[in-house]
Amino acid sequence: MTNANGRFGIHGGQYIPETLMNAVIELEAAYDHYKNDPQFNKELSDLFNNYAGRPSLLYHAERMSRDLGGAEIWLKREDLNHTGAHKINNVLGQALLAKKMGKTRLIAETGAGQHGVATATAAALFDMECVVFMGKEDIERQALNVYKMKLLGADVVSVNTGTGTLKDAVSEAMREWTSRIDDTHYCLGSVMGPHPFPTIVRDFQAVISKEIKEQFLREKGKLPDAVIACVGGGSNAIGSFYHFINDPSVRLIGCEAAGRGIDTFETAATINTGRLGIFHGMKSYFCQDESGQIAPVYSISAGLDYPGIGPEHAWLHDIHRAEYVPVTDEEAVQAFEYLSRMEGIIPAIESAHAVAHAMKIAPEMSRDQNIVITISGRGDKDCVSIARYRGEEISE
Amino acid sequence: MSRIHEAFENKKAFIPFITCGDPDLETTKKLVIAMAENGADLIELGIPFSDPTAEGPVIQEADNRALSAGATTAKVLAMAKELRETIKVPMVFMTYANVVFAYGAEKFLSQAKEAQMDGLILPDVPFEEKEEFASLCQAYDMDLISMIAPTSKQRIRMIAKEAKGFIYVVSSMGVTGVRSQITTDIASLIEEVRSVTDIPCAVGFGISTPETAAKMAKLSDGAIVGSAIVRQIAQYGKDSIEPVASFVKAMSDAVHNS
Repeated sequence: MTNANGRFGIHGGQYIPETLMNAVIELEAAYDHYKNDPQFNKELSDLFNNYAGRPSLLYHAERMSRDLGGAEIWLKREDLNHTGAHKINNVLGQALLAKKMGKTRLIAETGAGQHGVATATAAALFDMECVVFMGKEDIERQALNVYKMKLLGADVVSVNTGTGTLKDAVSEAMREWTSRIDDTHYCLGSVMGPHPFPTIVRDFQAVISKEIKEQFLREKGKLPDAVIACVGGGSNAIGSFYHFINDPSVRLIGCEAAGRGIDTFETAATINTGRLGIFHGMKSYFCQDESGQIAPVYSISAGLDYPGIGPEHAWLHDIHRAEYVPVTDEEAVQAFEYLSRMEGIIPAIESAHAVAHAMKIAPEMSRDQNIVITISGRGDKDCVSIARYRGEEISE
Repeated sequence: MSRIHEAFENKKAFIPFITCGDPDLETTKKLVIAMAENGADLIELGIPFSDPTAEGPVIQEADNRALSAGATTAKVLAMAKELRETIKVPMVFMTYANVVFAYGAEKFLSQAKEAQMDGLILPDVPFEEKEEFASLCQAYDMDLISMIAPTSKQRIRMIAKEAKGFIYVVSSMGVTGVRSQITTDIASLIEEVRSVTDIPCAVGFGISTPETAAKMAKLSDGAIVGSAIVRQIAQYGKDSIEPVASFVKAMSDAVHNS
């Protein structure tokens, strides 16, 4: 899918300062070696199965299916992983790789805090130092995850620049990596940034679609008709899509955070409102103004509040292999509440964007069709802010 | 051929940087003229970007001030053209890939050429990605400046061989900003460059005093100073022309006498 320079069609590449070039070249060489190393893969499988709790369930949401009255709904339960989200898949892979490379310190950016918690967790497990960069705004709306990261032994650095959200945390983590490369691995949390990150993160997340395919075939003896996942940078989505890319009968649908709507400025829907650009190490689509200044995006979901999208998604969009649809805050909150009441599963507000779109399309599909929704994370972290959205003040 | 080589003829070059539009474009014009009159041999004009990932806090804040005050790429290009009616010193733009890409690289370079700019520095475009900009720079007779860093090692020769104008030697790890000391072995970086080309090398990142500037210029062909100047603009705003002029004078004297 990628060529030698880490391109997905015209997207991707390595738009980073010279200071970082040898670090990404070294990372690529190490990854190319270890990805085919049986010992590495054995250790990673062991971590997946005996630490993270894989394989995650593919759950048939029968009540929801009956209620929507169309396609059968299946939930890929990444929320059941250790640390409560898909982020752990990538982090265990990268932390193991970093350890093999002799690194002793992990740095990471985080939006909702799930990637930060996962990185802090792996750092504790592997006895590595950990520093997590998090936007000031996100530190306020994700206090529980901030506490968890500290409990796990990580330093959490508040990023006050720009909009104080995920993009600023990424910028600050990149700056930190530029200043300290020898002992430090930048554990990037999504399928974005310079090559080889989009490929490495996708490969570690591809376990999601590998399992969906096996589990669904075992259950129904065929492929699902649609796979739906939320997209910020796009790691759980690419993980959910990857093993279906060459199965044209399977619709791949990424749900972007439309915030208050794609006709407003308060949105983070990159494919729907962005343009081609170069930022954070990659060529891809970005929300930006006409001068190329990166837009201060908005979503109720801290994890989707990012002005770009991974280069492989940009390419899947270009070749019309995947669809990228906008879902508003209000639709996501309704889906958050709906799944909680209908199936007794509280999804992350990020994942609720995918649930919301399934709720739109399932009734138009037939009973013998099947939709898989990836529930990328659990919703405990969101309860305070959703309560506030509904006008109720609660404290943890 | 650009005029960049003139900056290094028979002397060490002092190369100041400022962010255009901070605090406003009128002040930027006055600052550029003052810097040229006080010994600047080559001037880097920063076009502000919302998320400058290679910059430390001083230049990040300058970019924010400039954007808030309404600076745009088109206005900066127009300002550069006006400046050319007054000053002849070689000038290069320094900005981020997306600024040029969003404007349209060809349109940007043709207008930069019209303003008689001499080159372009894009810190987020390394050797591997330079072709899409380098070919257009060449077509418009502008130098796309290459950077080498303390981590470049075996990449130095490859970069140096294709370098145009001058080589920007990054003095230290990390982002731009004032540093108390520079510990990189600059001499051996330069020596590696010299093994393949005699293109001038100027050292930047972290230089804030005449002493360090002289020391770096002695080891190379020039010294680049950004944050230390921008910090004065942050402090004095529209009244920064005099303090910047005297600072540039002190720095350029130190470099020229090194």
